[in-house]
Amino acid sequence: MLDKLIMYLQYPFVKYAIIVGVLIALCSSLLGVTLVLKRYSYIGDGLSHVAFGALAIATVCDLTNKMILVLPLTIVSAILLLRNGTNAKVKGDAQLAMLSVSALAFGYMLMNLFPSSSNITGDVCTTLFGSTSILTLTAQEVWISIVLSVFVVTIFILFYNRIFAITFDEGFAKAVGTNVKFYNLLIATVIAIIIVLAMKLVGSLLISALVIFPAISAMSILKNFKSVVIFSAISSVLCALIGILVSILAGTPVGSTIVVFDAFLFLLCYIIGRVRSLA
Amino acid sequence: MSILSARDLSIGYDGRTILSNIDFKIHSGDYFCIVGENGSGKSTLMKTILGLQPAISGEIVFGDGLNKSQIGYLPQQTDLQKDFPASVYEIVLSGCQSHLGKHFFYSKAQKKTALMNMEKMGISHLKNRCFRELSGGQKQRVLLSRALCATTRVLLLDEPVAGLDPTMTADMYQLIKELNDDGMTIIMISHDIANISIYANRIFDINKAEIKTITTGGTCYVG
Ligand SMILES: Nc1ncnc2c1ncn2[C@@H]1O[C@H](COP(=O)(O)OP(=O)(O)OP(=O)(O)O)[C@@H](O)[C@H]1O
Ligand SMILES: [Mg+2]
Repeated sequence: MLDKLIMYLQYPFVKYAIIVGVLIALCSSLLGVTLVLKRYSYIGDGLSHVAFGALAIATVCDLTNKMILVLPLTIVSAILLLRNGTNAKVKGDAQLAMLSVSALAFGYMLMNLFPSSSNITGDVCTTLFGSTSILTLTAQEVWISIVLSVFVVTIFILFYNRIFAITFDEGFAKAVGTNVKFYNLLIATVIAIIIVLAMKLVGSLLISALVIFPAISAMSILKNFKSVVIFSAISSVLCALIGILVSILAGTPVGSTIVVFDAFLFLLCYIIGRVRSLA
Repeated sequence: MSILSARDLSIGYDGRTILSNIDFKIHSGDYFCIVGENGSGKSTLMKTILGLQPAISGEIVFGDGLNKSQIGYLPQQTDLQKDFPASVYEIVLSGCQSHLGKHFFYSKAQKKTALMNMEKMGISHLKNRCFRELSGGQKQRVLLSRALCATTRVLLLDEPVAGLDPTMTADMYQLIKELNDDGMTIIMISHDIANISIYANRIFDINKAEIKTITTGGTCYVG
């Protein structure tokens, strides 16, 4: 089996998949903690549907670099959704659900009306579940992913203290003069970037899992912010790595395999947390 | 010169007014207390002062070169999330956020300030404990330490002694008095009339919309 793995690792497309997969897992887990704690976890889901719609438009328009359309559209939606800061409200919830399902329906309709290939169902399935697209990355896409990931991680590290502050207590942050609006905007932009990146890896239906699972796994066993962030980053990267390797060896879909490992890890952490609190 | 004043202010939520015609001037070095019944709008007034809640009409004016990074704030506890994974130290240190300026990370001096304020509040031994697992009074002290990290000129406190034991309450009043003696302006919401009539120099009754100015002789007059 090891031989088989080593053989596969020689292929550039496998290397690409691993690099991009690990980077996406890292980025999504970093911001995941903030999203979960700010009660924004559902945002990932909604945005990914928007990104799906945008991707459909880009496909129909036959753009060679779809990012040019998908990224700005998703960022704008993220900003519109997160603009109000403060924690989730019912009204925003309904708005998001509407936006999210409309984008999904609109995207699917477009793809059917203007089929870009003979295999529409396959195309849609790929976009929704990311089945094999991670294995078809071009060198250019890999570079875009690397640049965007470096951007996300740098922003997160540099603004770590402010992100903590407005995640923990937005009211206090605003009261003492922190530019909460700007940081919410920044967080929204970064989240949109992560969603667009992650679509390649796990497809738009499974993105939420990538964002939420590492964070709640960490939160069920750890008790301070820094360790939660570090643990979710490490566990997310490991799950992605193992998931990709297993999927290559076993021939399972990449995205779902990663998510299965994430879910399994969550179950483990949850049980450990439970047992510890009982003891 | 007043450091903070309200001009013909109306406060409330979503266009629904709770209180109107609020006028006051707070001077540098004041120990200004806001009193009133539950639900009368004290916390709302404080949030409006801090810009967390838009005023319905009228305005809050900062004077004397005051800006927000010189303010410390202790919110009423009900406003906080309950399941947040954060250590006591992380929370207290976040009080220094307004002094970060153009820096990304906290300086050694700021970390020392955080430790010192924890010492002051008697919570040094809780440094690495998880905030959500503390008792109500312990949480209050953590948030007070955070407020102390933030403030350099004005301290706004929404029921600072709620949930504190008698010893800590007395210590708390002593500490606030010392800060006030050093020139810190205190704006405090409290139900503890007995204590605030000892310490405060002006008491604002939100329902009567009048300010009692207390002179050291103990005689009161409306001002
Ligand atoms: N977010 C909100 N939206 C709408 N109404 C609110 C909101 N928060 C408080 N209120 C209402 O505004 C009024 C004033 O509330 P506030 O919290 O300012 O009272 P308070 O004087 O601080 O009372 P307490 O002594 O209990 O702290 C109350 O009637 C309350 O129901
Ligand atoms: Mg109140």
